[in-house]
Amino acid sequence: MKILLTPQGREVEIARAKRVTDLLQQLSITPGTVLVIRGDHLLTDDARLCASDEIELRSVVSGGS
Amino acid sequence: MKCKNCPKPAEVKIRAHNSAFCRRCYLVFFRRRVVRIIDKASMVDRDDRILVAVSGGKDSLALWEVLASEGYETVGFHLALGIGAYSGRSFEQTRAFADARGLRLEVHSLSDDGLGVPDMMQATRRPPCAACGTAKRHYFDSAALEYSCNVIATGHNLDDEAARLLGNVLRWQTDHLARQHPVLQPTHEKFVRKVKPLYLTSEFETAAFAFLAGIEYVVQECPNAAGATQLTYKGLLDQLETTSPGAKLAFVNEFVTRGSAGFVSKERETAPKTCGGCGMPSFGDLCSFCSLRAEVTRKRRDTPAGATSL
Ligand code: SF4
Ligand SMILES: [Zn+2]
Ligand SMILES: [Zn+2]
Repeated sequence: MKILLTPQGREVEIARAKRVTDLLQQLSITPGTVLVIRGDHLLTDDARLCASDEIELRSVVSGGS
Repeated sequence: MKCKNCPKPAEVKIRAHNSAFCRRCYLVFFRRRVVRIIDKASMVDRDDRILVAVSGGKDSLALWEVLASEGYETVGFHLALGIGAYSGRSFEQTRAFADARGLRLEVHSLSDDGLGVPDMMQATRRPPCAACGTAKRHYFDSAALEYSCNVIATGHNLDDEAARLLGNVLRWQTDHLARQHPVLQPTHEKFVRKVKPLYLTSEFETAAFAFLAGIEYVVQECPNAAGATQLTYKGLLDQLETTSPGAKLAFVNEFVTRGSAGFVSKERETAPKTCGGCGMPSFGDLCSFCSLRAEVTRKRRDTPAGATSL
């Protein structure tokens, strides 16, 4: 499964993740800090994933003032 | 997971509200919620003209979209900060958003006056965010006056407010606590009311709204934001939120409804003077922005061209 982390622009391969929750856990990402995007849809934490998925994890955290 | 309101699959789950929504229902939910927050806190009236401070990021564009589509009269104001590619993209995204919706956008560029954030930082050797904040306050205030707006709305979200509150509480900055409010009344006739309609809406919620509403926003962050203390606070609050959903919302909401009245600012009184540089209210002969500008000019003159300031 191909994962794109934005805005860092980093790409990672994940061998197996059954659901979004598993994926976030494997990448040590706190739920609620990223949008989980597949195509033009958002996925909730319980959504099932499959090996051929391409997922964008887009940070929602903005900094500064 | 199913939508709370219809049989469609959910795209957004909001743990703090213990609900999940499909795209259509979420867009409705978000708009209604923002309008309800605006009404409840009497942030704006229907006949107000709102200056919306738009950076090109998710929060300010989501806010502008809601205000405009709910029929409020708005003028978008973008301050171009002169921070390399980041500022370029931010301006383009904001322009594209306004053009696509036929909204009025006014722009001021700090670099035009040689006062881009990096210029100010180099000349004064002060942290970029301090100079940037001073410039933003100044230009938002004067833009409201220039475009006859009687309210300024900014896109500060729940996470911004929670992080700021945590920072203020950790140091018991009572003066700052007294002024941390989603509705600030003007302290001078040349100033206008300042409101934060998204102060109870998390960044996850605004990002989800922007995405589902088809708003193209700048995902990239300002390069100066990295390492900001605010991000550390946000990280801590996010961890807390995982174990107790709704913690951030309660923290900010309870402070505003019950805590904030306990803090009184000692420096409330109106600015007694008029700035000699720009004509805005000020405490000294120059307002804080004009003295910053003067400092930049002075330092630049004292540093001969070509010499690097190390
Ligand atoms: S992070 Fe960037 S945009 Fe935000 S206050 Fe600092 S310099 Fe300005
Ligand atoms: Zn629905
Ligand atoms: Zn001035």
